[in-house]
Amino acid sequence: MIRFEDVSVTYDGAPEPTVRDIELTVPEGELVLLVGPSGVGKSTLLGAVSGLVPHFTGGTLRGRVTVAGRDTRTHRPRELADVVGTVGQDPLSHFVTDTVEDELAYGMESLGLAPDVMRRRVEETLDLLGLADLRDRPISTLSGGQQQRVAIGSVLTPHPEVLVLDEPTSALDPAAAEEVLAVLQRLVHDLGTTVLMAEHRLERVVQYADRVALLTSPGAPLLLGTPAEVMAVSPVYPPVVALGRLDGWTPLPLTVRDARRRAGDLRNRLRALPYEGPGAPGPVPAPPVGATAPARRPRLFRRRPPGTPVTTAHPAVVTGLAVRRGRTEVLHDVTLSVAPGETVALMGRNGAGKSTLLSALVGLVPPSAGSVRVGGLQPHRTAPGDLIRHVGLVPQEPRDLLYADTVAGECAAADSDAGAGAGTCRALVSELLPGIADDTHPRDLSEGQRLTLALAVVLTARPPLILLDEPTRGLDYAAKSRLVTLLRALAAEGHAIVLATHDVELAAELSHRVVILADGEPVADGPTAEVVVASPSFAPQVTKILSPQKWLTVSQVREALNASGPAAGGARS
Amino acid sequence: MTTSETNGAINCEISGETNSKTNGENTGQEHRAGTPGTPGTPGAPAMRTALPWSRLRAPRATRTNAIHPGAWWIWALGLGTAASRTTNPLLLALLVGVAGYVVAARRTEAPWARSYGAFVKLALAVLGIRLAFAVLLGSPIPGTHTLVTLPELPLPDWAQGIRVGGRVTAEGLVFALYDGLKLATLLICVGAANALANPARLLKSLPGALYEAGVAVVVALTFAPNLIADVQRLRAARRLRGRPDHGLRGLLQVGLPVLEGALERSVALAAAMDARGYGRSAEVPAGVRRTTAALTLGGLVGVCAGTYGLLTAEGGTYGLPVLLTGLAASLGGLWLGGRRSLRTRYRPDSWGVRAWLVAGSGAAVAALIVLYASTDAYAYAALHPGVVPLIAPTLPLWPAAAILLGLLPAFVAPAPAPAPALSDIRTTVKEPS
Repeated sequence: MIRFEDVSVTYDGAPEPTVRDIELTVPEGELVLLVGPSGVGKSTLLGAVSGLVPHFTGGTLRGRVTVAGRDTRTHRPRELADVVGTVGQDPLSHFVTDTVEDELAYGMESLGLAPDVMRRRVEETLDLLGLADLRDRPISTLSGGQQQRVAIGSVLTPHPEVLVLDEPTSALDPAAAEEVLAVLQRLVHDLGTTVLMAEHRLERVVQYADRVALLTSPGAPLLLGTPAEVMAVSPVYPPVVALGRLDGWTPLPLTVRDARRRAGDLRNRLRALPYEGPGAPGPVPAPPVGATAPARRPRLFRRRPPGTPVTTAHPAVVTGLAVRRGRTEVLHDVTLSVAPGETVALMGRNGAGKSTLLSALVGLVPPSAGSVRVGGLQPHRTAPGDLIRHVGLVPQEPRDLLYADTVAGECAAADSDAGAGAGTCRALVSELLPGIADDTHPRDLSEGQRLTLALAVVLTARPPLILLDEPTRGLDYAAKSRLVTLLRALAAEGHAIVLATHDVELAAELSHRVVILADGEPVADGPTAEVVVASPSFAPQVTKILSPQKWLTVSQVREALNASGPAAGGARS
Repeated sequence: MTTSETNGAINCEISGETNSKTNGENTGQEHRAGTPGTPGTPGAPAMRTALPWSRLRAPRATRTNAIHPGAWWIWALGLGTAASRTTNPLLLALLVGVAGYVVAARRTEAPWARSYGAFVKLALAVLGIRLAFAVLLGSPIPGTHTLVTLPELPLPDWAQGIRVGGRVTAEGLVFALYDGLKLATLLICVGAANALANPARLLKSLPGALYEAGVAVVVALTFAPNLIADVQRLRAARRLRGRPDHGLRGLLQVGLPVLEGALERSVALAAAMDARGYGRSAEVPAGVRRTTAALTLGGLVGVCAGTYGLLTAEGGTYGLPVLLTGLAASLGGLWLGGRRSLRTRYRPDSWGVRAWLVAGSGAAVAALIVLYASTDAYAYAALHPGVVPLIAPTLPLWPAAAILLGLLPAFVAPAPAPAPALSDIRTTVKEPS
């Protein structure tokens, strides 16, 4: 169905091809998962299927790509529209019309389907994706997960033979992601749709794939095989595979179910070991569990003697907070306090009010009832210049925080904004992001680097409270583990951290406490181990595999095993 | 589409149940609405045995029974025409009230519906500017009731006839008020049409040959709201950097990132539209293509010549026939051009009984006011109350009754599901994800 013959793509001005000598044949009805670290050309490969590379992006494509027998060299993207459906990374830039129903119909209108066929398919797709209640809603009022489902639905309606998806679940909460994946599964099984998909969150998708194609580095050859084969050698892998590799299971398990069946022995060994939680909250928390924390503290974190709390009082106290937007109450009676050195994960489905709570903490939205105190101040009444010394937020799109056209310019601006000494921010950037040149444009950084730069900008003012909104969106495992290391060091330093995230693995790895929001109300608040173990949709894979024991992460298990003796050695960084 | 039948059949199996339920609901509403069958819902027998009065009440608004946007525009333009024929402030206030009532009763919560508030503000601004000009620049109306005398700016000879400052008379002010009120009412009528009719759906009624251009216009229309959302987001982000998030400087500093973002989004959107088949066209024989071009161009030339003929004194005889021929030729060209377009239309709005009533009520208001104005001198005076000498305007009974006809849509148009609150004009921000 999709055939790459000796394909290389070189973008204009690039010295080397982004992808080189790709050979790939995807037969009809197969779901192929494209994996690899950021920046290895996954999006380029996906774009080549729909013809957008090189017809739209420019550059040179050598070799031949055929889709359903049509050569993309002679067929423009619009002439492939009836066989290929493409959903890009950002659903918002995909929408042409303004309401859900029109959006679902748009592709069919372009192809000239008969009105009764269109009507039937729109109804089917609304049901398939659970969008029936939203059919008349303007798209701009939908939450991110809903938008993602509309975007997928809008390419499903013309019944393409091939679906190309670039990170379809990274913006979704676990339940919504499962829904979308179930839909894909059904399309593959019932309609014989061929799916080619790139995704960083392997723990969600790898078990659905028939085959996995791995790109290890830019220009590297494509490695194609069954998921178990590829996961055994892949530089990116989900926790279930990490646990399997740690304990040397062959073949590698890909699903929690498989892993549980193999894990009996491991559970027995772990039962005897002392359980160590992921650090207790408090002004001076226990050093974080993971060996991933740097043994030698970077210079930046040594400036203040370790153990000295940033402030003695709680950096954030929220009591009975309610926030209204128009006539809907987005937050209702939220009470929360965060201690110095504590990491709190805010979880909950898309649109539950997580981002709103973070916005209230930095004063972007005023409370309609209750109170918010950040370092004793009311954030929405405080001048921004004072507020950044008490709280810093890294927004969902870190690029929003960056204005300048060079990293050096950004750092200079951050220093003057924060009233910090010249070079403070640049020193931070050098610590967190070694090897970034002064004249790099923030736009040219990868997602992970941009996030780190935004974090450095926020940290310049040394706020005792750091908020991160969906920090792992678009990050590969390596960038994610660097972020985890960094945030752990900050927490050890005494910074309070609040993360709004859908990423259960991140929450398990990092947070002391989890607060679950549902429809603007906190429905669970407690130590991570207790909250996530009790909830099937928020439990990380390791917990599911090793339950009823309360292990949360692979590194925790590895630590315990290493401490008990040279039982098993892992290679996970 | 060769695969459409087989695929469709399988999907029907997947979700046939819910699908038929949805169709059933729509059919029921459609029959209560009394509109003729739409393509999507083949005429099922009306199973409801409702009481007559409940059959007459306006149904819940759904997409099926939505009033054709053209009907709303005819209604609004009818009210506007009526407003342009009178300066009587009581009648104008009545028109504003009628338009406002219908908007309040039938507006949905969609983003375009919020534009009404902006139009009302614009109308007030226009009124204010008109009055300010009358005060500052004087007024040609001779008046005896001097309210205040401003210091007059001495102007050189060449600026004769222009006056800055000086006497402000009650007559001049009242005249400016009537005049400004007329303009404000017109604006409010246009705003009402904007709030009640979805602009995107109006473009769906364009002929096939113009549809692609229509989509481009719709995309351009969504560009502005997106830009405003970007500005708001980036200004909020400024607060996170510790800079003031309001004021002109803040706006200027986010300008470049906002434009960069807008450009990137436009490129991404163009790619997405291309990948979804925008601009696909059918192969048409070269003969048809040439005929289309000839008809369209020739028709347009004919329209120009005909209009010129009609407007000049000499061409009275040939003007009209040439204009009509040109018009017919261009329409033929458009129709032929539509054959290049493969597009079909998803659920086009149907023009049903309720659409006729909505459009008819607006047309009736316009026609009755125009008729009344042409009856006799007394009627004209009632529509244009004098300002010299100052007299209190009276409400002429028949025009007022005619204007009240414009309230009809508030009772016959389908009602939006939850009654919209009048106070809810504030712009709501996108739900957090």
